[in-house]
Amino acid sequence: MEMIYALCVGILTTCGIFLTLRGRTFPVVVGLTMLSYAVNLFLFASGRLNVEAAAVLQKEGAAYTDPLPQALVLTAIVIGFAMTAFCVILAMRARADLGNDHVDGRLPLADDDQAQKEKP
Amino acid sequence: MEHLAILPIILPLLSGVMMLLPPVSSENSRQRALSLATCGALVLVTLRLLLQASSGEIQLYVLGDWQPPFGIVLVADRLSTLMLLLTAVLGFAAMLYACGGDDKRGKYFHPLFMFQLMGINGAFLTGDIFNLFVFFEVLLIASYALLIHGGGKQKTRASVHYVVLNLVGSSLFLFALGILYGTLGTLNMADMSSKIGLLSGSEQAIASTGALLLLVVFGLKSAMLPLQFWLPRTYASASAPVAALFAVLTKVGIYSILRVFTVIFGEQAGGLAGIATPWLWPLAILTLVIATLGILAASSLRQLIGQLVILSIGTLLAGIAMSKVEATGAVLYYLVHSTLVCGALFLLADLITQQRGKAEDRFVTARRMCQPVPLGIAFFIGAMAIVGLPPFSGFVGKALILQSANIENQAAWVYSAVLIGGMAALIALSRAGTTLFWNISREKDACEPVPRLQLSAVFLLLATSPILVIFGGPITDFTLDTATQLHGLSRQLGPLLPGGGS
Repeated sequence: MEMIYALCVGILTTCGIFLTLRGRTFPVVVGLTMLSYAVNLFLFASGRLNVEAAAVLQKEGAAYTDPLPQALVLTAIVIGFAMTAFCVILAMRARADLGNDHVDGRLPLADDDQAQKEKP
Repeated sequence: MEHLAILPIILPLLSGVMMLLPPVSSENSRQRALSLATCGALVLVTLRLLLQASSGEIQLYVLGDWQPPFGIVLVADRLSTLMLLLTAVLGFAAMLYACGGDDKRGKYFHPLFMFQLMGINGAFLTGDIFNLFVFFEVLLIASYALLIHGGGKQKTRASVHYVVLNLVGSSLFLFALGILYGTLGTLNMADMSSKIGLLSGSEQAIASTGALLLLVVFGLKSAMLPLQFWLPRTYASASAPVAALFAVLTKVGIYSILRVFTVIFGEQAGGLAGIATPWLWPLAILTLVIATLGILAASSLRQLIGQLVILSIGTLLAGIAMSKVEATGAVLYYLVHSTLVCGALFLLADLITQQRGKAEDRFVTARRMCQPVPLGIAFFIGAMAIVGLPPFSGFVGKALILQSANIENQAAWVYSAVLIGGMAALIALSRAGTTLFWNISREKDACEPVPRLQLSAVFLLLATSPILVIFGGPITDFTLDTATQLHGLSRQLGPLLPGGGS
């Protein structure tokens, strides 16, 4: 289980970082979302992975799982969600204000040439 | 006053919420009155907190009476109250300036400003590292919206970079927190500090990853070398009161570096003690170098001030990297000075922009300003103070930092970097002043005089510079005591963990 879990976090982070380094706002937003998924999973695992254990302490010394990371993940999810929503709106605003969806607000020259070739 | 410590968070929160509701939301004048009242109240409250803390007492505010290390605590010690007072004074002046007309350029300026203050105050007060993250997010969300206040292409473009970078920064912050929680099993800073020495070798390796990730995050907030490229454009495009308030945002990063790397990774941390120092030292010097180049290359006044902010950050980081009590004391003095003066300069740059018509703040020939005398005096004082010429506070701050460098291995680097940086700033600001005030075209001056309120806000901030010099003795004593307390915290956790830890 640990292996699969670690792989999931790793792959999500890799994809997230790759996508945030792209030039257009849409992949960047998707990348940020993936990063926040990865971070949520990672935080969840920081209290160790337990199977069939309740998140509350019981009187009998039954197995329990650390409840704090779950609270942290909830906070992180809420914040991440709000941030993603803001980022989407900002990306749309940038598209409207700047006339393109490049993160720098202007297309690099190579793209311009290509666009002109494609036009006719 | 038992509940005084939480007031800097509660006050702006409540007034921000009230501003969204009728009857305050409907009229701008009511919002202004409430904003100014809140900012004024914050100054008084934080001053009271500072006086309380100056006796050396550390006030713990245990939320919900969950004794630390469980639950969340607010810690009002000397360092946090000093930062609170700084924020309150800067916030008051920026709000005063905004009430001169800038707040009408977009919606919801006042509530956002209040939430921003709440986030900053919370970040300074909290004694819990996850809570630090939460308050970082509060201040960031408010700053995203404030940055775009007023609208325009430049702001949108700067915003996209700023938001994306900070979102990535937040993810890294959470990764770091996860790593540290996974190894230490606690998020209370004092408790972390007491446990970090107990880690085994392999756990230390993991914890050091977390610590350095934290350094990256705080480096991004404070604009440390490889992460500073966002700052000049962001600060140059923000509207004036927002840019002035942002002058303290970079200092939140500096504060976090100070807090985390002296309290948690302090002397008691065994193999992890001073983990950031070998990184901070070269980065600080390189930050100074790149800021020096940036200062000489800046083509408009606001960009120039943005580069000056980076220069001050480099100086502060060099002071922190010396990691001893006198240096930290000097850093705190310089921090207060540079925040207030940079804030004043951002406000002043906007006044100059208003009066120069189409040329704005670019260094080109333009029409004559219609109030060159008061603006010129303000520019002169601000420039002298930020460059570090006597008799203003920049001189005292830089002298203190340079004095505390080790002669054998540090002095050569830090003296040359700081002094060359200062000289570049002097050259650039002289050139800027000459162009802005004396390089005049023959166009008729047709500008409106600036509102008195805005001018008084600028002079209020500039007046702090001579005050910092006149009361230099008590203030440096206070910052030195603050540094002593901060460096002592990792050895004496008693006041922070009354329960004795988990």
